[in-house]
Amino acid sequence: MPTLFDKIWDAHVVDRFEDGTAILYIDRHLVHEVTSPQAFEGLRLSGRRLRRPDATIAVVDHNVPTSDRSLPIEEPQSRLQIETLERNVEEFGVPYFPLKSRDQGIVHVVGPEQGLSLPGMTIVCGDSHTSTHGALGALAFGIGTSEVEHVMATQTLLQKPAKNMKILVEGTLAPGVSAKDVMLAIIGRIGTAGGTGHVIEFAGSAIRGLDMAGRMTICNMSIEAGARAGLVAPDETTFAYVKGRRFAPQGAAFDQAVAYWRTLVSDEDAVFDTVIELAAEEIAPLVTWGTSPEDVVAITGTVPDPASAADEARRAQMQRMLDYMGLTAGQKLSEVAVDAVFIGSCTNGRIEDMRAAARVLAGRRVAPGVRAMVVPGSGLVKAQAEQEGLDRIFLDAGFEWREAGCSMCLGMNPDKLTPGQRCASTSNRNFEGRQGPGGRTHLLSPAMAAAAAVTGRLTDVRELV
Amino acid sequence: MQPFTILTGIAAPLPEANIDTDKIIPSRFLKTIQRSGLGRNAFDPMRYNEDGSEKPDFVLNREPYRHAEILVTYENFGCGSSREHAPWALLDFGIRCVIAPSFADIFHGNCFKNGILPIRLPRDVCEALMQDAAQGGNSRLTVDLERQRVIRPDGEEIPFEVDAMRRRLLLEGLDDIGQTLQHAPAIERFEQNRAASSPWMPSIVLT
Ligand code: SF4
Repeated sequence: MPTLFDKIWDAHVVDRFEDGTAILYIDRHLVHEVTSPQAFEGLRLSGRRLRRPDATIAVVDHNVPTSDRSLPIEEPQSRLQIETLERNVEEFGVPYFPLKSRDQGIVHVVGPEQGLSLPGMTIVCGDSHTSTHGALGALAFGIGTSEVEHVMATQTLLQKPAKNMKILVEGTLAPGVSAKDVMLAIIGRIGTAGGTGHVIEFAGSAIRGLDMAGRMTICNMSIEAGARAGLVAPDETTFAYVKGRRFAPQGAAFDQAVAYWRTLVSDEDAVFDTVIELAAEEIAPLVTWGTSPEDVVAITGTVPDPASAADEARRAQMQRMLDYMGLTAGQKLSEVAVDAVFIGSCTNGRIEDMRAAARVLAGRRVAPGVRAMVVPGSGLVKAQAEQEGLDRIFLDAGFEWREAGCSMCLGMNPDKLTPGQRCASTSNRNFEGRQGPGGRTHLLSPAMAAAAAVTGRLTDVRELV
Repeated sequence: MQPFTILTGIAAPLPEANIDTDKIIPSRFLKTIQRSGLGRNAFDPMRYNEDGSEKPDFVLNREPYRHAEILVTYENFGCGSSREHAPWALLDFGIRCVIAPSFADIFHGNCFKNGILPIRLPRDVCEALMQDAAQGGNSRLTVDLERQRVIRPDGEEIPFEVDAMRRRLLLEGLDDIGQTLQHAPAIERFEQNRAASSPWMPSIVLT
C-alpha cells in the first residue's frame, strides 16, 4: 500500500531518530552560485570534506547575463558570486559546467537533459524549484544554505516524511491548452497554500499524455501550490526520455534500472491524505491577473471584482493587487496591452516550449513597441533550437534570441522590467517586483506568450492557430 | 559549532515586538558570499543613520551593551523571510542567546543550526528580565542550558523548556552536520548496499 513517495522515501532512509526524523540519503546535489558560497565556507572553516563530489554538479544561472558570452560580467556582486563558485568547485573537486560551455544552463533544465536526474533518485538543490525533477519520478526538493552544507558534508539530510496528496487530471486537453494551463488551473483551484506539508503526485490520463517537458512544467510549479515536491510516476515516456542521455545508464545497466523504475508507482490501494480531481476538458488557456500564482482567470474572462470577495481582508488584498497591476475590475483580459514578452525560465525554457512558441510565431511579427525575448533554458536547448531553425523564426518575428540563464524570471541579472512595465511571462512567480522593481507579470504558457507578442495584448492563442 | 553550556553575560534590552528579519539584516546585505562579517550590519536600520553614523540612542550602540551576548526582547522575534543571514548576523555580533515570549518558526530553527539558543518565556517574565538587563554592566544574566535555568542577578532561577534533541546538540557543540556524522558508519553501509543493488546509479565524472 505505499505511495510512490513512500517507496522512494523508504529506499533512502539511512537511520531514524525516536521523534521520526530520518537521515535521508541524497543521490544528487545540484549547486548554483547564489546559495552555495556560505556552505562551501562552512566546510572550509570546519575542516570538513565534500563527501561525494561525484554526486554533485554545479552550474551558474541566476546571476549570469544572457547577452554576448565573450564579454566580462559587469555587475561586481554577480561577478564575485560566479568567481567564488568557480574557486569552490576547483578546491572541492565538484564537476562544473562553466559559463562558456554549451552544457551551461538553468540548473533545473540541465539536470534532466544531461541524464543527471533519474527516476527513483533523491535530488536536492538550494533552490525551491528543485521540485521540477519530480517529473522523472524522483523525490526532488529545495533546501536552505545550512542544508546545502549538510548534504555536502554527509550526503544526507535530516527530514521528516511529508503527507501524500494526489492530483488526478483525467481526460484530453483541448487544442491550445498546455501543461502550464493545467498547473495554473490546479494552483487556482487549491491555492498557494493548498499543498503545504505535502508531496503531490500528479496522475490521471491527461498527465500520462504529457511529454516530459510538460510534466516538468507541472512539477516545477508544485512549490507555487505550497507543496514540498511534485511527482509523476515514471513510465514509457520517462524511459524513452532518459535513454541515451549523457550521464544516464547505458546498455545492460539501463535495462536493469528500468526494471527497478517500473516498480516506482503508487500501489492500487495506496492511501493519500488528500485527493483532488480535475477534468482536462474544462481547462482553458489561463493567465494570472494578480500578484500571486493562484490569481488565475481564463483568457476569455474578465479581471475579477474585489466587491465579489468572500471577506473584507480578501477584498482589500484584491484591490491592492489590481492597483499594483494597473488593472480595473471587469476589464477584459484580452484588452490588456503588454510591453514585454519573456519566454524562458526553468518552467518553460525547454526545446518543446521553444517549438510551441515558434509554431504560433511562424510568419508573424512582434507588435510594434513590444520587447520580446526568448531565453533558452540551457546551451543545449539553444543549440537544438538553432539546428531546427527555430532561432530564425524568433529573429524574423522580431524576438531577441539570447544565451541561457534565469534571465527575466527574477531581477538578479541585467534582464529586468522597468517600473510599471507589463510582461507576458512563461516563468513561475508573479510576485511584486519579481521581474524587476515595479514590474507587472502575467504568467501564461509559451504559446500564449507568443500570441501576446504578436498582438501586443494578452490574447487567446486559439484565435491564431 | 561552539558548545553552549553555561553563558554568563551582558543582556541587552530590546523592548519591541515583531522585530523582523529585514531589521535584523536588510536584504541588500544578502549578496555576500560569507556568513561571517554580517555583525557590522546587524539591526542596521535601527542602529545607523542614513549617513552611516551610529544612532547614539540604540541600545547596542551604548556601553556596556556593545558587548551583549544575550538579547531580551518581545513577541514574534525573527519574523519575515527564511534568510539564514539573520542568525549569522546575530552570532557575528556576539549574541549567543535570545529570550522572548515567542519566535518566528523558521528563524527559531535557524538559530539552533547556528549555535544560538532561543528561549521562550512568558511575557511577564521577559518584562522582569528586561528590567534586569536595563541595569547595565552590573547586572549579568546567566543561562544554564544543562539545568534549563535562567539565573537573574539576584539569584532567582527561572526554568525554561527546550526540545531535547536540540538541547543535546547545543550542549555537545554539535551542529546538525556533526550529529549526522556520528552516523557515518550507517551512511557508509547504506552506500555499499546501494552500490550493490543499484549499480546503474551514475557517478558524475567530467572528462
Ligand atoms: S529560472 Fe527562475 S525559478 Fe527557475 S531557477 Fe532560475 S530564478 Fe529560479
